[in-house]
Amino acid sequence: MVSRRRFLKTSATFGAGFTLSMTLPAAASKLASGAAEAKTVANAFVRISSDNLVSIMIKHIEFGQGTFTGLATIVAEEMDADWDQIVAEAAPANKELYSNLLFGAQGTGGSTAIANSYTQMREAGASARAMLVAAAAQQWGVPVAEITVSKGLISHASGRYASFGEMAGAAAEQEVPKTVVLKDPANFTLIGAETVSRKDLGKTDGTAIYTQDIKLPGMLTAVVAHAPRFGAKVKSYNDINARAVKGVVNVVQIDSGVAVLADTFWNAKKGRDALQIDWDTSVAMSESSEEQMQRFRQTAQQPGLPAVAEGDIAKGFENAAQIIEAEYEFPYVAHATMEPMNCVAQITDAGAEAWYGCQSTTSDQYAIASTLKVAPEKVKINTLFAGGSFGRRASKNSDYVLEAVQIAKANKSDAPVKLVWTREDDTNSGYFRPMYFHKMKAGLDSGGKIIAWHHQIVGQSIMANSALSMFIKNGIDGTSVEGATELPYHIANFAVNLNTVESQVPVLWWRSVGSTHTAHAVENFMDQLAAAADTDPLAFRLANLGDDTRYRGVLDLVAEKAGWNAKNTSGRLKGLALHKSFGSYVAQVADLSVDKNGNYKVDRVVCAVDCGVAINPDVIRAQMEGGIGYGLSPALMTEITIENGAVVESNFDKQQVLRIADMPEIEVHIVPSAEAPTGVGEPGTPVIGPAVANALFAMTGKPRPTLPLGVKV
Amino acid sequence: MKISLNINGAMQQVDADSDTPLLWVIRDNIELTGTKYGCGVAQCGACTVHLNGQPIRSCSMPIGAIGDQKITTIEGLQSKQSEAIQAAWDELAVAQCGYCQSGQIMSAAALLKANVNPNDDDINGAMSGNICRCATYKRIRDGVKLAAQKINAVEV
Repeated sequence: MVSRRRFLKTSATFGAGFTLSMTLPAAASKLASGAAEAKTVANAFVRISSDNLVSIMIKHIEFGQGTFTGLATIVAEEMDADWDQIVAEAAPANKELYSNLLFGAQGTGGSTAIANSYTQMREAGASARAMLVAAAAQQWGVPVAEITVSKGLISHASGRYASFGEMAGAAAEQEVPKTVVLKDPANFTLIGAETVSRKDLGKTDGTAIYTQDIKLPGMLTAVVAHAPRFGAKVKSYNDINARAVKGVVNVVQIDSGVAVLADTFWNAKKGRDALQIDWDTSVAMSESSEEQMQRFRQTAQQPGLPAVAEGDIAKGFENAAQIIEAEYEFPYVAHATMEPMNCVAQITDAGAEAWYGCQSTTSDQYAIASTLKVAPEKVKINTLFAGGSFGRRASKNSDYVLEAVQIAKANKSDAPVKLVWTREDDTNSGYFRPMYFHKMKAGLDSGGKIIAWHHQIVGQSIMANSALSMFIKNGIDGTSVEGATELPYHIANFAVNLNTVESQVPVLWWRSVGSTHTAHAVENFMDQLAAAADTDPLAFRLANLGDDTRYRGVLDLVAEKAGWNAKNTSGRLKGLALHKSFGSYVAQVADLSVDKNGNYKVDRVVCAVDCGVAINPDVIRAQMEGGIGYGLSPALMTEITIENGAVVESNFDKQQVLRIADMPEIEVHIVPSAEAPTGVGEPGTPVIGPAVANALFAMTGKPRPTLPLGVKV
Repeated sequence: MKISLNINGAMQQVDADSDTPLLWVIRDNIELTGTKYGCGVAQCGACTVHLNGQPIRSCSMPIGAIGDQKITTIEGLQSKQSEAIQAAWDELAVAQCGYCQSGQIMSAAALLKANVNPNDDDINGAMSGNICRCATYKRIRDGVKLAAQKINAVEV
């Protein structure tokens, strides 16, 4: 146990600069340790140290998608800073200063990091620059207009010059400008540049610090025995053998199970294995996922609630020359981040402090405060690098975070507690991409135009039974139908219906959320319609496009780069898909080859993306590549099945995910654009599944209603 | 019980049961955190270290079975292969979340030590035990090839 006195000493050591020193290279650690004096200039995003480092506070978690690089680039651009003097730092939990402007609360998700903060970051950089210039003008007795700034150097024709660091103190004293003039994008030197390196460092030598790596004085590691089936509760337990394990310090019961606290992970796990728990399974789930899918199918016989109803559907089908139908079954899918969920929590007289890969900052902060009955300001969150999220860490009920806090509270001490989930804990917790059943029906006229479209979706609501249920409008959880309600195509008679069903399996957003299943259904169905119209899939899409020309832009680009219209000489099969999610337009062509055993392989993917202004082209390419790889897992091989209310594929021995041999070569092409930037973390993911399925359909002419597609043609 | 382990060239005395997996001794007792936990069943490769230069999954290696064999972690990896790999990884911005990359680099270093001109099949074979959920696999493949070029350029 940590004594009160020892804790205070610890706090002093890990003071304001803690997060900074955890996540930054040596040069910035110096800044954090107070060796150099840092001044906040203009706003909550820019701090300049006397030794000329510019620290940018990043309000969005960095879990691989590039926020440390992208947001810092935007600020540095408007400051005219030298990229080498820029360091990125995770912002603390502070709703007033660091809200996501699209959420009204601090948090990361929905591929909004760049989209919500582009103008805000530009203004932050421009304000800081203006104050540096004003300070120089004052010191040198020259007009502001005569001062130039380039690569972090402030200078005047008279020969006077100063670094940002030298001018930081004086700049901080200047009045914050009420308005700033932003750069003409034609003069950008960092935004859009290929030479801007990443700022999330330490990931090739083992020095980057994740939650798993946090070590605090007196810290205990907690491992929890969770319910063996969804909905089971602890009836009683015997911890005599667990407490006898060397290193075990305490055993406590919490809402989700029984936690064993020990000096090390392995001792805590041994303690957990020694627990004897009697589970109350009277209200536990007993259904299997297969039975559940049957239930979903039956539910689809009911009309459900309208999410969209345009034109006259009945009339549309009456007038159709031919009607085509299809069905799709999507299984549960786990996020399976490389770093299983974990969180370090400490409760003291002053409040609480947490260290973890925090994604939903404000809602976690408020949930912790509510659990401990303290004011949210008393909850300090240190956001660390996270070993992936893909939606999992944006927990709608702060599940694993509150588990750590409950354990720390039940332990009745101010010892920091590191909750570590094993891989099995992580998978068995659920919070999967929901299971869905889709039923599609479309009518074509004799010219191959789609004149009627009916799309019915059956699945669990992500937002129901949570604080987010207020966002469900007229019975429609938008996350269940997104990607189905707004299509690239103009269809006069258009309806999307939703049947929301219940299950005890917790569900959550999974990279690209609704689009991860709707795009597959829509785009694979489009190829079935194209075949019925005896038209090439590209030509069919072009003929049915609506007014938004950006769809055409990515289609044209991907078709050109993939050689869509060239004669097929390689023996490969091509499949095309198109989808917009989170404001970004993506088209992909997948090339497949088939071996003599009838096994197919995705050899190459060509991807075109229009995400508005390309802040960092290499990060965009990386996110498209990774998004494609992530989407290939559920397309080809990944599913979570449930037997008697328990997860079958708890670890990677049973849960198959994409490995290197199945990763195709990928080419990414970015549409040049002056539109406001939109996200790239998610939009690459939903397009690859239907592109692959369409290549298979091109070969066999047989629809593939069940996901994953498997290895055989 | 006290067990002696040769980690990164130094003898370390640890007080842990002999069935404790090497991974947790490296992380919790020696306090080297570059080696990561991912699955605990030798399926994901995040915990890859070298045992006498060969890549192994430390999550499934009990410390009682190691004896005086030499253990190398990402922190102790110092070779022309590892330097070339880390330079290639940075140049190509391979890492995304980065959590699996210590293990990826340990596997890549062992591959390049055994085979200085790996083709795609060699790379896919040697790296197939390392999962990356960010799916940085394309850049890992490119990174191994670039590292090989760097090593060969030095040797010429």
